[in-house]
Amino acid sequence: MAWFRKSKQGLPTHEKRNIPEGLWTKCESCGEIVYGKKMEDLLWVCPTCNFHFRIPSQKYINLLLDDGYLEEYDTNLTSADPLKFKDSKKYPDRIKAAQQKTGKPEGVTAGMARINGIEVSFAIMNFQFIGGSMGSVVGEKIARAIERAIECEVPLIIVSCSGGARMQEGILSLMQMAKTSALLAILHEKRIPYISILTNPTTAGVMASYASLGDIIMAEPKALLGFAGPRVIQQTIGQDLPEGFQSSEFFLEKGFLDMIVDRKELRKTVTKLLKYMWRR
Amino acid sequence: MTDRPYLEFERPIIELEKKISDMRDFSAGESIELSGEITSLEKKLNKLRQEIYSNLTRWQRVQLSRHPKRPYTLDYIRMMTTDFIEIHGDRYFADDKAMVGGFATLEGRPIMVVGQQKGRDTKQKVIRNFGMAHPEGYRKALRLFRLAEKFELPIVVLIDTPGAFPGIGAEERGQAEAIARNIRDMFRLKVPIVVVIIGEGASGGALGIGIGDVVMMLEYSWYSVISPEGCAAILWRDAAKAPEAAEALKPTSDDLMKLGIIDSIIPEPDSGAHSNPEEAARLVKNAILEALSDLQKLSIDELLERRLKKYRKIGEYNE
Ligand SMILES: [Zn+2]
Repeated sequence: MAWFRKSKQGLPTHEKRNIPEGLWTKCESCGEIVYGKKMEDLLWVCPTCNFHFRIPSQKYINLLLDDGYLEEYDTNLTSADPLKFKDSKKYPDRIKAAQQKTGKPEGVTAGMARINGIEVSFAIMNFQFIGGSMGSVVGEKIARAIERAIECEVPLIIVSCSGGARMQEGILSLMQMAKTSALLAILHEKRIPYISILTNPTTAGVMASYASLGDIIMAEPKALLGFAGPRVIQQTIGQDLPEGFQSSEFFLEKGFLDMIVDRKELRKTVTKLLKYMWRR
Repeated sequence: MTDRPYLEFERPIIELEKKISDMRDFSAGESIELSGEITSLEKKLNKLRQEIYSNLTRWQRVQLSRHPKRPYTLDYIRMMTTDFIEIHGDRYFADDKAMVGGFATLEGRPIMVVGQQKGRDTKQKVIRNFGMAHPEGYRKALRLFRLAEKFELPIVVLIDTPGAFPGIGAEERGQAEAIARNIRDMFRLKVPIVVVIIGEGASGGALGIGIGDVVMMLEYSWYSVISPEGCAAILWRDAAKAPEAAEALKPTSDDLMKLGIIDSIIPEPDSGAHSNPEEAARLVKNAILEALSDLQKLSIDELLERRLKKYRKIGEYNE
């Protein structure tokens, strides 16, 4: 029923589009209308145009990790309000709302898991949590995930999905780019593999730090990637952007992605890569 | 606004300064003794300056960081160093004129200096792309950092950018990758790095050359995750709310000192660096020399360990 109601009220809201839940689902890329249950089987990928719908982090955990099991760490980390930040809403209220909406304490879920028997340190960002933005908690949890990879000597897998650094923590958010990249320098020297998986969208502060520092960087098809958001670029240069600009396909063409991988092939591809890069 | 030679809140100071200068000219020309009046006006000027500058809002401080007469990177290099020899190009694509650098001598000490460069007049602004570097700028910076490492020269970074350039070419050539790589690789450079934010420190565009063993800010510079205008446009949906966003972002040198992000604030002379550039350069130079002599006492291993720990601990959260 939800779809019929939405269609009457015009376009569904941005957030509602993230996890289509009605009986019927409309593809935001090609407009195809697909039966919801069928979408679940298709891993929320449009059967007509291969558009990958944004899905909650739990669904990636299910499809990537052995038994869909993540031994989660650092669940007790929650955001403080170091700047006492307030725009139309107070920052702590935004956090509370995001926690209620997602049922998660913060924008990243991290822990230890296995992928086809290979132990990995795994982290995944949740776009539903304030646009997957990176503040102190996201930065700290990613940092600890990298440290676990170093300490346990296991590969690191990060699934990114983020609009960038979290404005409400000001300079502290910016510094999370430094903190995570610093530890990746150590991981790099230890010759422990890091596979960075980019999903729609991965931009700005996250793209300009750990998301771009994988030994292998792969993205789902048609994801929006890049440093600056398309609207900012458009306003800056005062002209329309070319078709497909900043898509996964664009960055593959320009040489900044190793591969584009369909969601259903992610687990297989990661396994195959680890067999080459990780023989300890 | 930026084309006016002074900022709105400076006006009473500028007017009083002019009055004093006129009085001096008059006194000299007519051989009339006015030193009493001049002294009392100068006292008044100091008081006025004190009053205005001790009560600046965060937004006014941001405006000072963009003052049309504020010294830029090459001005500091010219005033602080001798024998500067500029190096060009990233050896991949182009020479980005928004990012400058080269060998220089600081009080007899050889260094590598790198920073973003803004333009003074309209033509220069365009050539320097308003201090907004492309990926080739970040790659040029990294190339210079590697040269410094190879020849064991300490690195001095001067930051002054409204952000890394958001454009089509910048994306095509991997702006995000260039910045990410710089941030990571700066952590392992085996020479001391001293960073000074001299004007604007906007976001990844600043951090892309901003990892240092000592990080300092000039008093009226700012440094944050986004510019107040950018933040206002997103969170307030109105770029005109930049003053509110500036208050909320807490981007001033005092804010960053309190948040434990920077090591020290370099005070600015009189009404800011633009009112006495030579003195500002002297203060920056002394601060850099002091930082370098402290860092030189550390072994390379200690230096790198310290650099990692400095950034590893940044963040505020509940646990
Ligand atoms: Zn479709």
